[in-house]
Amino acid sequence: MTADATTTESRDPDAKRLFDAWRTPTGWRYWSAVNNSEVGLWYVVASFTFFLFGGILALLMRIQLAVPENDFLTADQYHQVFTMHGSVMMFLFAVPILEAISILLLPEMLGARDLPFPRLSAYGFWCFLIGGVFVCGSIFFGVAPEGGWFMYPPMTTEYQTGVGVDIWLLGLSFIEVASIAAAVELIVGVLKCRPPGMRLNLIPLYAWYILVVAVMILFAFPPLIAGDLLMELERSLDWPFFDASRGGDPMLWQHLFWIFGHPEVYIVFLPSVALLAMIVPTFARTAMVGYGWIVLAAVGTGFLSFGLWVHHMFTTGLPAISIGIFSAASQAVAIPTGIQLFCFIATLLVGRVTKSVCLLFTLGGLATFIIGGLTGVMVAVAPFDYQAHDTYFIVGHLHYVLIGGTIFPIVAGVYYYYPAVTGKQLSERLGRSAFWLMLIGFNISFFPMHFSGLLGMPRRVYTYQAELHVGTLNLISTIGAFVLAAGFLVFLWDVLRPKSRQPLAPRNVWNAGTLEWLAEVPDKPWGVRSIPIVETRYPLWEQERFVDDVDEGRFYLPGADEGKRETLVTSVVDAEPIQCLRVPGPTFLTHLAAVFTGGVFILSTFHWYVAAAISGVLAVATILVWLWTGTAWIPEKHEKDVGRGVTLPIYVSGSRAVGWWAMFITMLGDMTAFISLVFGYFFYWTIQEDFPPQGSNGPGWIYPTAALLTITLVWLAVMAARTWNRQDRGPMFYGAIAFGVTLSLAGVWALLMGPSSHAMDPTSHVYPAIVWVLVLWTALHVVVGIVMQLYCAARRMAGKMTARYDADIVNVTLYWHFIALTSLITWLVVAAFPMVAR
Amino acid sequence: MSKSNLHDNRISPLWAIVSAPAIWAMHFLASYMTAAVFCAKFADSDGSAGEVQLAVMIYTVIALLLIVAIAVIGFRHHHHGRQFTSHDDSGRDAQRRMIGFSTFLLALLSAVATVFTALVLVFVGTCH
Repeated sequence: MTADATTTESRDPDAKRLFDAWRTPTGWRYWSAVNNSEVGLWYVVASFTFFLFGGILALLMRIQLAVPENDFLTADQYHQVFTMHGSVMMFLFAVPILEAISILLLPEMLGARDLPFPRLSAYGFWCFLIGGVFVCGSIFFGVAPEGGWFMYPPMTTEYQTGVGVDIWLLGLSFIEVASIAAAVELIVGVLKCRPPGMRLNLIPLYAWYILVVAVMILFAFPPLIAGDLLMELERSLDWPFFDASRGGDPMLWQHLFWIFGHPEVYIVFLPSVALLAMIVPTFARTAMVGYGWIVLAAVGTGFLSFGLWVHHMFTTGLPAISIGIFSAASQAVAIPTGIQLFCFIATLLVGRVTKSVCLLFTLGGLATFIIGGLTGVMVAVAPFDYQAHDTYFIVGHLHYVLIGGTIFPIVAGVYYYYPAVTGKQLSERLGRSAFWLMLIGFNISFFPMHFSGLLGMPRRVYTYQAELHVGTLNLISTIGAFVLAAGFLVFLWDVLRPKSRQPLAPRNVWNAGTLEWLAEVPDKPWGVRSIPIVETRYPLWEQERFVDDVDEGRFYLPGADEGKRETLVTSVVDAEPIQCLRVPGPTFLTHLAAVFTGGVFILSTFHWYVAAAISGVLAVATILVWLWTGTAWIPEKHEKDVGRGVTLPIYVSGSRAVGWWAMFITMLGDMTAFISLVFGYFFYWTIQEDFPPQGSNGPGWIYPTAALLTITLVWLAVMAARTWNRQDRGPMFYGAIAFGVTLSLAGVWALLMGPSSHAMDPTSHVYPAIVWVLVLWTALHVVVGIVMQLYCAARRMAGKMTARYDADIVNVTLYWHFIALTSLITWLVVAAFPMVAR
Repeated sequence: MSKSNLHDNRISPLWAIVSAPAIWAMHFLASYMTAAVFCAKFADSDGSAGEVQLAVMIYTVIALLLIVAIAVIGFRHHHHGRQFTSHDDSGRDAQRRMIGFSTFLLALLSAVATVFTALVLVFVGTCH
């Protein structure tokens, strides 16, 4: 909620200018807002709406399973419902809600005016909304995916010919774009947009967790995107990546899916723990115990969680050694997970705890999560997992982990942060009712599932026979599910009930110590009146006159002299101010870009490839307009006085600039997807006696080597262009670009000629298919690199890029470093390896 | 802009924090890939995996030596300056101590996790 200009602003011209610069658009233009407070709020509301949708699907399943041999849903409907329930909860709620809360609150926690790329956040949100509605909508037409949230082939490649699997693959890939966009935004936000003085030892724990989680997203989501690409190619073009009769293997999908899927559990768990790390000190009235230990826990869990993926595959016949290695890692991850829980308990023990609904949900969440964690340790033991695999024991386990570790903390977070966002407090009385209904309902619903599983009830069956003797347990689970749902209804009513007559909550209603509680009531669109200097972890508790100094503009950027939206960029480690960053304001370009990007994925679902291609061209054009008009502005002056005698540059390029970091982080994710495809190539090599198959045509070495050489020359040309631009040698710069573009085209041609000149038919066997994928991946990246080079040339011609203001070409050079590496790896795999392997 | 601002991109503390778990990750991947490739391509019909056991033992010695070195560096940073000052002051020294402490703890965790992986090869010597 934001207020109109008040008397304070009218008295203080600095405040007035600041207010005007950050003013939220009104009327229909409200939806053009890109500020974190608006986009974050929409994101939260949309995520919760999908959560309710997923919850209703869960109730439908519980009705169906309430009694043996029920016919409330048909088998086909049930398959759609359980697939959508899992997919919606994981892809449309659990991950987006963490991004939503972070976009909404992280800038406030860091005392920043906004995250560094507000339009990227908005683009991510609109992609998420369009993709989510598309995926969810499919169930109303009876064409929803039916393969479970993990979409295992060959069921989803050979036995499900409907459009459902394509909707899942393409719709959710589209949403993953939003997740990676958010990851870029959050990593750069934490590293570069902290307030002056907030060194690494003073960062709010939430930010540490989010940094870890965003990096995890960067390495976990791309393997799934790679898997989606392979499966969609098999479904659309008959490239046999998972077809055993032509050399493929469904196990590759399981590897790629679970390299994503297990870290995913921690990706949704850690941000919720992060919320608890903000809530617990406030209600314990003391600083968090063991800050360094929690950093250990966050970073350690982030790493170890990548070593667990095969524990979802213990029953697939892998070698005993492999199973043992992953079982060991699954046990080891309990150590950092346990450490952070002990830190919370210790903080509550040493503090003076005040009662609150927030704390109830915190404690309920911790207790529930610990039960789920203990059953997790059980299923990490392979022999036990052989018995429990694919039974309702696992359903019970995973819901204890996810509801205890994610849902309860998020509800605690809603009660905690609601006053900061809306200015009104939720009801403690309704909150207590909601809590007890949820806690009791949850345990009645999910605890019996452990027993029904041990009695032999398999997962994902639409009904069961009375002779299995699990009817009573299922009936109890169904009753519990409705009690749990009643708890959510009470919570929902508390959130949505009209509050116009309710007085505004006091500022910093919980007497918390961290920066987000600087928010005024009602909140102002500028975030903070001035960007503070931070000297402690809990500045509102420990720094004298802190709030007054912020409010009276005694810190940095207390105004907006040029009427621009500005925030501070600081150094990664010491948080010293290094730039006054201007961020763009409201626009509808992000909507257009999201619609056209969505068109590529959605139209492809129905195999309307021409329309999808047109949509793709429009998406690229829109994004180029967005970049042209909204990034790397040349300022009217080089430097600006940001207050307290500090003068900072307005424009920086290279590794000091947020744009450079965004490119670097994006390309790390891109590289991870590429390495996942390379993993696929070597996976086929390990499982087949003869790979590359004797007698099969490879791409040879001549064309791939020519491609590598030309692309390496392009890389050198781009670096030369960067240098000549910096030396203001225009003709040399344009010459290098022309040379680079020409050779790029030659490189693409050489790449494609390798497999095509050797008649490699990608539908005949998995070997030509995986070679084609690697080559096409590289070629596509070179084509994007051509567009980037032409963009830089156009920017210089238009006077938007100069020798001094050269961020565009610097970032494009960074992109080409990655392309050079991609080309080298492609050459090593498709050209060099076959010579060695034979 | 002060002179110190020009040297803003000292990101070494972040690398220090992640270095020990990164070594665990490399040890883990190397062990898994060695086992997977050996069992798929080179194992005898009885499934004996003695070569994998030897390879993982070598990986483990290398990984533990590196992790111990990181732990020592982390511990020294933690004890930088006055020994018992806290981690939550605003100065650079406090930051150094806190990062050193977390680096040290993560090295301990990584060492335990690495030994966990190695122990599998002590007890399991077959692909079957």
